[in-house]
Amino acid sequence: MTPALNVDALIGDPQIRIIVCCGAGGVGKTTTAAALGLRAAESGRHVVVLTIDPARRLAQSLGLTTLDNTPRPVSGIDESGGGSLDAMMLDMKRTFDEVVEAHSTAEKAEQILANPFYQAVSSSFAGTQEYMAMEKLGQLRLEADRDPDNPRWDLIVVDTPPSRSALDFLDAPKRLGSFLDGRFIRILTAPAKVGGRAYIKVFSVGVNAVTKTLTKVLGGQMLNDVQTFVAALDTMFGGFRKRADHTYALLSDSSTTFIVVAAPERDALREAAYFVDRLDEEEMPLAGLVVNRMYRVSAPGLSAARALGAAEELGDLDNCGGSGDTDSDFGGTAITIGLLRMHAVQAEIAARHESLAKRFAAGHPDIPLVEVPAASGDIHDLDGLRAVGAALA
Amino acid sequence: MVPDEVRVEDVPSDPGHWPGARLHVVTGKGGTGKTTLAAAAAVALASGGRRSLLIEVEGRQGIAQLFGCPPLPYAERRVAVARGGGEVYALAVDVEDALLEYLQTVYHLGRARWALGRLGLLDFATTIAPGLRDVILTGRICQALQGSQSDGARYDAVVVDAPPTGRVARFLNVNQQVAGLARVGPVRDQAESIMEVLRSGQTTVHVVTLLEEMPTQETVDVVAELRGIGLPVGGVLINMVRKPVLSAGDLIQAQSRQLPRAEIATGLAAAGLPTSAAVVDALIGEAVDAADRVALEAAERAALASLGRPTYELPWLAEGIDLGGLYELAAALTDQGLGMSGS
Ligand SMILES: Nc1ncnc2c1ncn2[C@@H]1O[C@H](COP(=O)(O)OP(=O)(O)OP(=O)(O)O)[C@@H](O)[C@H]1O
Ligand SMILES: Nc1ncnc2c1ncn2[C@@H]1O[C@H](COP(=O)(O)OP(=O)(O)O)[C@@H](O)[C@H]1O
Ligand SMILES: [Mg+2]
Ligand SMILES: [Mg+2]
Repeated sequence: MTPALNVDALIGDPQIRIIVCCGAGGVGKTTTAAALGLRAAESGRHVVVLTIDPARRLAQSLGLTTLDNTPRPVSGIDESGGGSLDAMMLDMKRTFDEVVEAHSTAEKAEQILANPFYQAVSSSFAGTQEYMAMEKLGQLRLEADRDPDNPRWDLIVVDTPPSRSALDFLDAPKRLGSFLDGRFIRILTAPAKVGGRAYIKVFSVGVNAVTKTLTKVLGGQMLNDVQTFVAALDTMFGGFRKRADHTYALLSDSSTTFIVVAAPERDALREAAYFVDRLDEEEMPLAGLVVNRMYRVSAPGLSAARALGAAEELGDLDNCGGSGDTDSDFGGTAITIGLLRMHAVQAEIAARHESLAKRFAAGHPDIPLVEVPAASGDIHDLDGLRAVGAALA
Repeated sequence: MVPDEVRVEDVPSDPGHWPGARLHVVTGKGGTGKTTLAAAAAVALASGGRRSLLIEVEGRQGIAQLFGCPPLPYAERRVAVARGGGEVYALAVDVEDALLEYLQTVYHLGRARWALGRLGLLDFATTIAPGLRDVILTGRICQALQGSQSDGARYDAVVVDAPPTGRVARFLNVNQQVAGLARVGPVRDQAESIMEVLRSGQTTVHVVTLLEEMPTQETVDVVAELRGIGLPVGGVLINMVRKPVLSAGDLIQAQSRQLPRAEIATGLAAAGLPTSAAVVDALIGEAVDAADRVALEAAERAALASLGRPTYELPWLAEGIDLGGLYELAAALTDQGLGMSGS
């Protein structure tokens, strides 16, 4: 039988320092991350939550109104357990800029930041957001451990970007890496290096043709910009890459754990299954699966079929006694019919959700699972987050 | 480059018909149903013996999955038939192939062609200049407006499963930027003619949304953004709408927490059901939740209505989307006026 996922065990374990919430877009990653962070803080941990794209009202509740790319304390939490909660929202471009600044001289950094290609890549390369989320996680971890005797945070909860695929979070940094390792990049940067000449000679036919074409297509100025950009990246990328590798390694550390979030829908659960398998392959630690937004019905012993049957029966009764006057409805028949019909619809959805969750569990018997009920509205304040947190435990 | 099409200055907002519009761009927040509704629109627009083309630009083979066919090559293929002898074609654009094709025709590459692929230049170029992808993709879309690959005949409608709200404005407006960068030459000419098509009455951008906070917010934001750059906003497609089961009167009572407990218990008894407090409370609780949800949805609807665009409501299909579901959604679009343009 599938074990239950209990997040209280996770947040009660001081060895756990990083929790990463993953999943396909819109399933509730950000909500889950915030709810976990809040619950951990109120149980006494010193938590920072890195959110990526919170819904507007949720962001307001977390005090994420000044967007300066650093964590700020969340007010309104119960600190009687001795814990604390900071939250921040990732500013992707700013994080990228900071990386550039950290890895090059002031003069060079200025040059890179002004380069049009840098601007394009830093704001819209598919994967930049994932890459920068990882970079920020690395920074937070460093910051947390700056004073080992008195860590600023003992738990980092990370939300992941709203990609269509949960796998993007793991793959994107490598994609940026392999782009920068690309053959063409190496050729563009080769002349700058000792020993690059021989290489360039072999390819010179191709390179000349390409350079000519590029000049034709882009114009001389643009080609110049490209070369500056690539050369700049090349000189600073060593450190850059090392950090990404370091953070990636941090993800497979035993102090890190992943929580996969899914919605009770076929596609979302299939996506979750891919991700779970992938974590396994990469030997990254998985805490379990959250099936979010489950429909629940609570009327005991009232199945969809029974409710529907009863509603029909009542309808017949009503018609027999009917004088055509709707008010003659004896003793609440109409309202009861309405409630029973509604219950039947809800119960059917709930049953489908339940069966989807069961099917997932059957296919992944070792993966702890927890269900979070769908709230009737959005989750946009601390109380809403507390309710989700309680459901997670 | 620009098809000699009758131009309509502004997309008319009369009940959801789009006379003159041949290019339907479908955007929306991620996961709201862009691909599904773009496909349904392509089916709707093909009904009555017409021919439509559905274009995918994100390289995910979502169309093939939806129509249950093998992955689409970079070529226009018929994927479905529509009511009254209509035909739906689909095209999954491969950016690199399209870029090569483009460079080939404009610059007669010759030898460089080999180097481009071999050295990873295409990958490099589309990565370092993401706008380049968009130039190529919008160019291919406009090409499709001129006529089909197979017989050159014009499609009655071209539907694009476009990038999500966060990226669609940049995607559609990229040629404006290019025209600004390139002062003269073929690149500028092409960019200008694409912008002309996108701004004309033959183009309309529909936004898919759900009756939830985030998708609605993104819809409101993207409509403002599109208007800001002078692109014609079409309809608001409200997807996955669940009809409330309770009557309006019951919902009002539930919302004000005034459902009559005693009467409900009497009703339950009449139906031979248990009348315990647990059952009554549970039913009332469900009704209250439903009423709250309906109230929230009403707020989202109001926000969407304030955009002043025609709205279409597409039902939530509990069983998920198969071919049958797709035709059901297409019929819903037709019923609300989408598939009738030009008739
Ligand atoms: N009316 C509907 N009823 C039920 N399910 C639906 C409906 N419309 C879409 N779906 C389902 O919702 C999911 C998302 O739909 P779809 O892939 O079309 O969204 P999308 O906006 O294209 O997503 P992405 O941003 O990832 O491209 C799919 O599983 C689809 O089957
Ligand atoms: N259990 C739940 N009940 C009701 N609404 C929820 C629940 N979980 C998430 N939501 C809502 O769904 C929307 C998307 O959630 P979000 O956490 O931003 O998803 P993601 O980060 O995975 O894209 C938000 O409006 C949020 O309030
Ligand atoms: Mg999110
Ligand atoms: Mg899609």
